[in-house]
Amino acid sequence: MAELLIKNGSVFDPTRSINGDVMDVAIRDGRIVESAGPNAKVIDASGKTVMSGGVDIHAHVAGPKVNAGRTMRPEDKLFKSQAAAGGYRMEMGFSIPSTFRTGYDYARMGYAFVMEAAMPPLHSPHVHEEIHDTPIVDEAALPVFGNNWFVLEYLKRGEIENAAAYIAWLLKASKGYGIKVVNPGGTEAWGWGLNCLTLDDAVPYFQITPKEIVSGLIETNEALGLPHSVHIHQNDLGNPGNYRTTIDTLRLAEGVTAKNRFGREQVIHSTHLQFHAYGGDGWGNFESKAREVVDYVNGQKNVTFDLGAVTLDETTTMTADGPFEHHLNGLNHLKWTNVDVELETAAGVVPYVYSPSIRVCGIQWAIGLELALLCKDMDRCFISTDHPNAGPFTRYPRIYTWLMSRKFRDETIGSFKYSDKVVAATEIAGLDREISLYEIAQMTRSGPAKALGLKDLYGGLSPGQDGNVVIYDIDPANLPSDPSKLEAAFQRAAWFIKTGEVVVKDGEIMNHGNKRTLWVRANVPENPQVKRDIHDKFIKDYTVGLQNYEVRDYLAPNPYVIEVEMEA
Amino acid sequence: MPVTHTQVGCPYCGASCDDLEVVVSDDGKEILEVRNACAIGNEIFHHATKPGRVTRPRLRQEDGTHKEISYDEAVDYAAKVMIEAKKPLIYGFGSTNCEAMAAIGRVAEKGGAVLDNCASICHGPSFLAIFDNGYPSCTLGEVKNRADVVLFWGCNPMHAHPRHASRYSVFPRGFFTRRGHKNRFVICIDPRETDTAKISNLHLMVNQGHDYDLFNAFRTALRGHEIPEEVAGVPREQILEGVDAMKKARFISIFYGMGLCHTDGRNHNVDIAISLTRDLNAITKATIMAMRGHYNIAGPGQVWSWSYGFPYCIDLSKGSVAHMNPGDTSSIDLAMRNDCDAFFNIGTDAGAHFPIEAVKKLRKHPWITIDPNICMASEIADLHIPVAVVGVEEGGVVYRMDNVPIQFKKVIEPPEGVISDEELFNRIYMRMCELTETEPVWIHHPALDVAKAVTEE
Amino acid sequence: MNNSIQLNLITQRAIEEGVAMEKGKTTPEYFEACSIIEMNPEDIKQLGIYRNTNVRVTSECGSVVVKAVVAGQYCPPGLAHIRQGVWANQVVPPRTQSTGVPQYSGFPVTVEAAPGDRIKSALECVQGACGLWNGGT
Repeated sequence: MAELLIKNGSVFDPTRSINGDVMDVAIRDGRIVESAGPNAKVIDASGKTVMSGGVDIHAHVAGPKVNAGRTMRPEDKLFKSQAAAGGYRMEMGFSIPSTFRTGYDYARMGYAFVMEAAMPPLHSPHVHEEIHDTPIVDEAALPVFGNNWFVLEYLKRGEIENAAAYIAWLLKASKGYGIKVVNPGGTEAWGWGLNCLTLDDAVPYFQITPKEIVSGLIETNEALGLPHSVHIHQNDLGNPGNYRTTIDTLRLAEGVTAKNRFGREQVIHSTHLQFHAYGGDGWGNFESKAREVVDYVNGQKNVTFDLGAVTLDETTTMTADGPFEHHLNGLNHLKWTNVDVELETAAGVVPYVYSPSIRVCGIQWAIGLELALLCKDMDRCFISTDHPNAGPFTRYPRIYTWLMSRKFRDETIGSFKYSDKVVAATEIAGLDREISLYEIAQMTRSGPAKALGLKDLYGGLSPGQDGNVVIYDIDPANLPSDPSKLEAAFQRAAWFIKTGEVVVKDGEIMNHGNKRTLWVRANVPENPQVKRDIHDKFIKDYTVGLQNYEVRDYLAPNPYVIEVEMEA
Repeated sequence: MPVTHTQVGCPYCGASCDDLEVVVSDDGKEILEVRNACAIGNEIFHHATKPGRVTRPRLRQEDGTHKEISYDEAVDYAAKVMIEAKKPLIYGFGSTNCEAMAAIGRVAEKGGAVLDNCASICHGPSFLAIFDNGYPSCTLGEVKNRADVVLFWGCNPMHAHPRHASRYSVFPRGFFTRRGHKNRFVICIDPRETDTAKISNLHLMVNQGHDYDLFNAFRTALRGHEIPEEVAGVPREQILEGVDAMKKARFISIFYGMGLCHTDGRNHNVDIAISLTRDLNAITKATIMAMRGHYNIAGPGQVWSWSYGFPYCIDLSKGSVAHMNPGDTSSIDLAMRNDCDAFFNIGTDAGAHFPIEAVKKLRKHPWITIDPNICMASEIADLHIPVAVVGVEEGGVVYRMDNVPIQFKKVIEPPEGVISDEELFNRIYMRMCELTETEPVWIHHPALDVAKAVTEE
Repeated sequence: MNNSIQLNLITQRAIEEGVAMEKGKTTPEYFEACSIIEMNPEDIKQLGIYRNTNVRVTSECGSVVVKAVVAGQYCPPGLAHIRQGVWANQVVPPRTQSTGVPQYSGFPVTVEAAPGDRIKSALECVQGACGLWNGGT
């Protein structure tokens, strides 16, 4: 494979504390190397920003509920689709883009990896079908466990070993990456039209509390030594006053130490925290509690989070939090799709318009940004929109820009119909902080890569790491004063090299790259009881045969399998 | 020794049963026995190895007879028709796997075709209603494990989905429904006293075509308002009995079928059914599900939604973006307007299942049928290309009526030389690229390597 | 002039049709299963024919000869059913109400006794409509 030498770029690599130094980056055989030979193809990056490929820790990009959203919303395509270029597939959709557009758009922004944030295990063949139809970007998927009947039963009885054996089996069966928890207990309750809004609401029939589920899964995760931690969407998402439940949930990690060989330090990843940092006791006095939540997180080394920042777009909400989507539908009365999945989980989909003319939307927007602006450790705070829930992933560049430019934030506040009320309910107007390019690299590269246990592959530009290098047409010494220029430069990279191949040049896709699917094989001691339980439940309760449930190898044609050994 | 394959998927109806046992002879060529299948599924497996299969493409000659040609010749013919037509219509996919549905996307994009599937004449109105109102649904295991009130509206599973009631909806003993049938109150709403009505606790014999009125009465009564003495031919007491059962239910499953989609009202009937489901969720738990007809007719809706954002009626003729407008870009309407100039019938039988007026219009243009069997569409085609029977001779992903993906397996080899839909489409695509001197766009599926190798030979 | 009666026609699935279709659409089983119209006994009586007599069914867009039988799944008076497939689709109106779906169910037909008329085979129906019928079987 050809060698590449990226010369004279301003490099941002937080893994080595490189902060805009002008230096060269060399790539050979798909990996970063110390130096390139004389025949290397040279790319001149002088006056430009150089980073490793982006890592998205949480987005809904493939699978049944994403596709339910696509099916349900033809209007998401209308006048919002990019015309196909010769040699490429059509690119359809905006908030829930087609798989082809998803791959192309991540590449244009210089992203190398995205984590599909919620895979219903029963639907995992579907998730993998979509993943292999998504070009360029590497992907993995997190199966959901927080409402799974096996897990509820094992944890109710305190059987961590059995839970671990089951989870290890399911990761392999679904070709999944780690433990996702969505509204623990609440989604099972939704099977009866109910919910668990606090950590102590017992799940109907199973009589286990969300608190026990979360604690049990954290313990199981560390017993398995998985590369990623428990990845949690807490109870009571989206409701005024939920910040208490959020902090109570994060407290469950206190005193727990990460055990793994991947360099991961957190034991809980709290996702789309914006939706969980709400004060007030109703929509009338709805307000930001970002400071309370971030203050807690700042003091806890074993917690990471992503923003779930609102982008003020018309978008499509979707989550395995079935009761929440029903509740949201009761607020906006638009169309509502729901899928309850036997023994495992549920999902809901509702379109949503984050309008600058609505006070609550303005406050939500502010909270998403406050979480970052108040955070003291940017290696634990990651940029996300919970795509497509708070906005499409294609708006990441706008979020970078809001974070980097107080001027741009003020402009946006000024455009709100109820600016005064938004300012009164938040701290956003008083925050002067402007996030640096180095911090952006922490929040989108080194931080999420480490939290996912993938720091050897992604997140930095050290020799041996994947040859993922993006060059943005941004001169760090002379940042554009016009925020829209900054956003545009992030939106379409000048160059993106993915595992050694040039996949983007001048913002245009050059080829389809060589994407991979990452999954985790956790090897655990033989466990006859769990084996029998799996067999029994497939005979009695599932409607699909066990043989036809496990994802066949051909569905993940370019696997990158991470092996984990659990100590007996 | 004969081999018994277990957990085999059945390629017939949307119930997509995957608990069949198929006994195959020593040489792997004959199917000796099929267990657990319904009468129809049984017939499919036995039919596959019976004599009389077409094993080579057949091209219609001037004198009306068919002449056998090679797959290469057939691929060339199909590629040329696809390229030369201004707006070819590709329709079908009731009976193939998702791998084929993904592969045809490239062909259709390159050919500037309209891509449509059997939903267009079947559950298309369900899509229209979903576009407007969403789809609060669940997987069939939820019905089995939780449902205590089951409503069949305008559908007749005892005939169209013969094992639906026993596997999922009426009889099975589930986790929270240990007493099976005794735990469930079954309501059937149909203008005929169908065999499904006969296994129901309550049958409302609605006047044909007046379902919307009856749904309205249900919604009205559910909200506590007065309803007339009789609505759509159904006496008030019966309606109230149904409403009362629903109010007391813990988990309601509404199944509906062509009784809503094939008659006056179409999508509006489905729309109000969804609204009823939404209303019910204010007081208890309720779900709704379209009784999809074929074992993988939910498949194209999934595959094409992730490819194009639209489940059916996808007009790719602009070349730049896809466009969907059922009523305009739907197969029957295109046919009746003479708005397409070549017809690809794939994994279905439009010859038998389209109104004959539409068949006559389509037959004015080149007609290519791709299907394992002799059917009406093969017997009026210019070119019939036989393929392996999915679920019997070819595995792959299929989507059950509840959109659950099930990985079907193959139990026997196809007849010597017969190829899969996916391989055929990839070969047509590669041939189109050759003929137009263009590079193929990103294909990475292992099947393509086969196709490539074959093309290079 | 034979007796005739106006009925509301629906065309839907039946398990016999499903089994026969998988056997093959050119088989006698398919012919038996699908070339019939299921009616209420009262309507058959009103038509002045015996059960199992051939009738001509005519809609706004075509006509087909099928055999009149008493519905196995009860049809109320005024409603008739031809199982989906070749014969039904000789009379199904292709109008779609701009939805893509033809009027497969709920369209008016005139049914008249046609004891002397022959029921066409599936191939004759479809190939014949396309000008491809060569008089075979």
